[in-house]
Order: sequence, then C-alpha cells, then structure tokens
Amino acid sequence: MGRWTEAATAARSAGPPATPLPLSATSLGCGATMASSEEDGTNGGASEASEEKEATGRRRRLGFLATAWLTFYNIAMTAGWLVLAIAMVRFYMEKGTHRGLYKSIQKTLKFFQTFALLEIVHCLIGIVPTSVLVTGVQVSSRIFMVWLVTHSIKPVQNEESVVLFLVSWTVTEITRYSFYTFSLLDHLPYFIKWARYNFFIILYPVGVAGELLTIYAALPYVKKTGMFSIRLPNKYNVSFDYYYFLLITMASYIPLFPQLYFHMLRQRRKVLHGEVIIEKDD
Amino acid sequence: MKHYEVEILDAKTREKLCFLDKVEPQATIAEIKNLFTKTHPQWYPARQSLRLDPKGRSLKDEDVLQKLPVGTTATLYFRDLGAQISWVTVFLTEYAGPLFIYLLFYFRVPFIYGHKYDFTSSRHSVVHLACICHSFHYVKRLLETLFVHRFSHGTMPLRNIFKNCTYYWGFAAWMAYYINHPLYTPPTYGAQQVKLALAIFVICQLGNFSIHMALRDLRPAGSKTRKIPYPTKNPFTWLFLLVSCPNYTYEVGSWIGFAIMTQCLPVALFSLVGFTQMTIWAKGKHRSYLKEFRDYPPLRMPIVPFLL
Repeated sequence: MGRWTEAATAARSAGPPATPLPLSATSLGCGATMASSEEDGTNGGASEASEEKEATGRRRRLGFLATAWLTFYNIAMTAGWLVLAIAMVRFYMEKGTHRGLYKSIQKTLKFFQTFALLEIVHCLIGIVPTSVLVTGVQVSSRIFMVWLVTHSIKPVQNEESVVLFLVSWTVTEITRYSFYTFSLLDHLPYFIKWARYNFFIILYPVGVAGELLTIYAALPYVKKTGMFSIRLPNKYNVSFDYYYFLLITMASYIPLFPQLYFHMLRQRRKVLHGEVIIEKDD
Repeated sequence: MKHYEVEILDAKTREKLCFLDKVEPQATIAEIKNLFTKTHPQWYPARQSLRLDPKGRSLKDEDVLQKLPVGTTATLYFRDLGAQISWVTVFLTEYAGPLFIYLLFYFRVPFIYGHKYDFTSSRHSVVHLACICHSFHYVKRLLETLFVHRFSHGTMPLRNIFKNCTYYWGFAAWMAYYINHPLYTPPTYGAQQVKLALAIFVICQLGNFSIHMALRDLRPAGSKTRKIPYPTKNPFTWLFLLVSCPNYTYEVGSWIGFAIMTQCLPVALFSLVGFTQMTIWAKGKHRSYLKEFRDYPPLRMPIVPFLL
C-alpha cells in the first residue's frame, strides 16, 4: 500500500524522536482500526500516515488554544479508558465471570469510543497532522464494532471474544492517549514510548482475534433475523444483506491486518532502535 | 560541435547506472531515455523518470539537453516508475467491461437470477431503454478513445488498470443487477419521469461529445500543446463560459439522467462517486489553467457553474 510506504518515508525524513509514530496496537475493526495509530506525538490520537504533511516530525506550531484543547482531550480519553479498565477488573473480581461484563461497562465504552469521532475533526481542522481518511477509517471501524455489532446484536454480548478485544482496546488506548498527553506536555517517559511501540505486538493480533470471533459469533443471529437488511422489490431498486456485509468485512482483515502489522513493526524498529529502512519504491 | 557527456545515477542509491558520451547538444530527453534503455533493456523509456535533482520534478521528453541548466557533463537522476501500460489500453479495457457485463445481466444469463428467469426479458420498457442508453454510453467512450482523444501522457502505472477496472466493472455489475432484476420496480412517475430523464441523458451525451471534439481541435495531432478552451459555434460548448471542465459536468449530468430514468439507488451512488472523483480532477485542471494562463477567464468554476 503506497500510503504506508509514504508514511514510512515521511517518518524517515522526519528524523528521530518526534517522528511519526507507528500504529499503536489497537485492534482491527472493519479492517482498519488497525491503525489506531499515531502521528507525531502532538495529537489527540489519529493515525500516523501523515502522508500529506511531508515534513512530519517538524513540530507544528499549534496555537495555545489548540494545544490546550488537545491536552485536555487526551487527558480525558486516558482517564475514560482507565475508568473502563478499572470497571472491567472490578467486575471480574466481584463476579468471577465475563458474563454481564459488557452490559455493565457499555455506557462508558460507547461514550468514550464515540467521543473519538472528534479525532477526525482534529485532522480536518489541521491541529493534528494526520490523514483524515486514515483516521476516519480507524475510528469508523471502532464505531462499527461497538454500535453495529456488540450494541445491536445482543446475543454476542456475553461471548468471551468480546472481552478479548475490550482488553486489547483498553490497554492500547490508555497507552496511546497517555503517550499523546505526555508528548504534548513535552515530558515523555521512556516507558510510555516503550509500551506504545511494544504492546501492539501482542495486543494487535489479540484485538483482531477478538473482533473477528465476535463478528463470527454474530453471524447466525444476523442471518436468522435479517437485521439491517433491505430486500427486493422496493422503490429504489437496491438491496443490502447485512450477513454478507459482515462476511466481507471479516474477509477484509486478511489483506489489511498483515500490512498494518508489519508496518508497525518497521516503525518500531525505526523509533526504538534507530534503524534506517530504505523503502521499496512504489 | 561540442558533445555532451551524460551520466545517469540512481536517484535513491546514487549508484552510477549509465554513462553516455558524445551526446548531441540538441538531444532530447526522449532520445537519452532511448540510449539508456539500450544498456538497461528492462527499463523501457515509458517507465523512466529522469531528473536533474533526485527529489526534483521529472524532465519532459521534449526537453533539450542544451537548454537544461547543466554543464557539458550532465548528471541525471533516474527513478523507476514501475511497469507502465498505455492509456489507450487502459481505457479500452475499462470501458469494454461495463458494456459486456451489463449485457450479461440484461439477457439474464444463467446463474445470476433464479433458473426460471434464464434468458427471459423484462416486461418494463424502461429496462430496455436503460440498456440502450448504458450501451450507447460505453460504445461512445470506446470510439472516443480510439478516434477522438489526444492523450498528454502515453502511459500510466500498470496497477491502475486493476484499480480502474475494478471500479468500472464492479459498479456496472452492481447497477445492472438491479435494473435487470425480475423484481425491478419502474420509476414512480412513470413515462413522464423516463422521458425527462432520457432528455437529460441525451443532451448531456451530446454535450460531452461536443466538448471532447472541441478539446481535440485545440490540440494538433501528435502535439502536447495546451491552450485555453473557448466556446465554439456549437451551443453545447457554451458551457465553457462557466466551467473549466464541461466534459465532466455533462458526464455527471448523463449519470444523473440515468439515475432518474432507472430510479435505482446504486446508479445514484455511482453518480455520486464519479462526481466526487471528477470534481477532484476538475479542480486540479482548473488550478493548472490558472497557473499557466494569466488571462484565464475569471467567471469560470471548475465543474459546477458558480458553485464548485
């Protein structure tokens, strides 16, 4: 994918530390949360691939208001996902089971994950130098997972796979948002950087597995109820089968996941180990 | 006559790839590319990008060595553009697909709809009309590719053919599936709606063709000159007064007409996607015109009069 190569190229020209960040280990969702990645540390979370801003790494001079807002945003999101994490741990400690876990945290999850839509706006107005498209795709895939799968398909809420991706997302987001927060405050502890560039190695596949298994578990219910589907005949001569849509979504993980995963690995080598990687020309 | 020496280095690795001595001062970049191909036959001229600076712009084929800011030993940097395919080939392939694919659905070839519908015909007249319009549209495009258009570039990257064909063929199949479906529902306002839609479609097809001809006449055969297009005696070209790319305006119009005619949501979506892409192209073209011509008519917008 040219996009990723370009991102890496941009990363190279940017030079170390504040370089474009690798995709954080978030899970996929609809084929693309994959990159709940980063950009260059100044921002409220969006993806890396700042392909448009070639001069990545050059700290954009953000206005005071923008910096203040982004700092607030990132702190709030870190706090939100921390609350989620604690709620999940407490639930499991009290109940000893994952059944009912989703139900107990769903309001908080929906609130904070939906709030992340703002990250698209951040890119649109330019206070975050990342591609609107990539951020849009990432956030959309999360929204898809939360609202169109777990919220809408009640029978899957007690599946173990849900816990799998919830844990992955939670750890990833806490790491990611605290990374941004500290970057904005210009005091980035090494361990946060380390976490950000290492956790994904496990979290990413785990998250993907959780998401895929959850969608898979939802299939029989979707097929039986015909939910979210439009049948012929109708006035606008169109049809939509949510069941097949889900199948296609699952299939899309196959080409997308490896690409993003390996891209993240390359970014990691660059940022943590200062490797110089020559990208193949597109 | 002093001869030049030309050395060609890889833009990324700076490796010396080729050294040409005794190059004529009036040699063009095209000729140098041909010489380079002799030593590296896998890099045919179309996939070569030669530049004065590794990160700079590509030199044009017509550029003359003598006129470039180089000494008598010129250093050029080479970048491989990847496998190339001719524009004509891409256009022919991407347009032939929809023509053929739509007909598969129209004739209800087996395995698309249920067995009992194989090779049956729709009882709605609008379905037949739609087939004629869709087919006419793509036949027109094929003929224009062969006889009308004069392309600035000879080739484009090979991967584009896969991308473009997926887009055209995919959408054609998607639209055709619904329009020719046994459960197709004709337009709500009946014959009135179809007539209006047909009028829009025909006008826009004529308009689009007129613009293509006007653009062709702007540029002599075999040349790559660029001039500001102006309205001609043909009323369809008068849209040039208001937009830079009336061919795109008419194209969107045609598809809107087709969408109204078939009252099919996938057609509307195809029109929307096409409009988005053409707007991007039109804005780019408009910007190029503005940059290149100081006296560019200020009233013109890229694609939609007064608006966009």
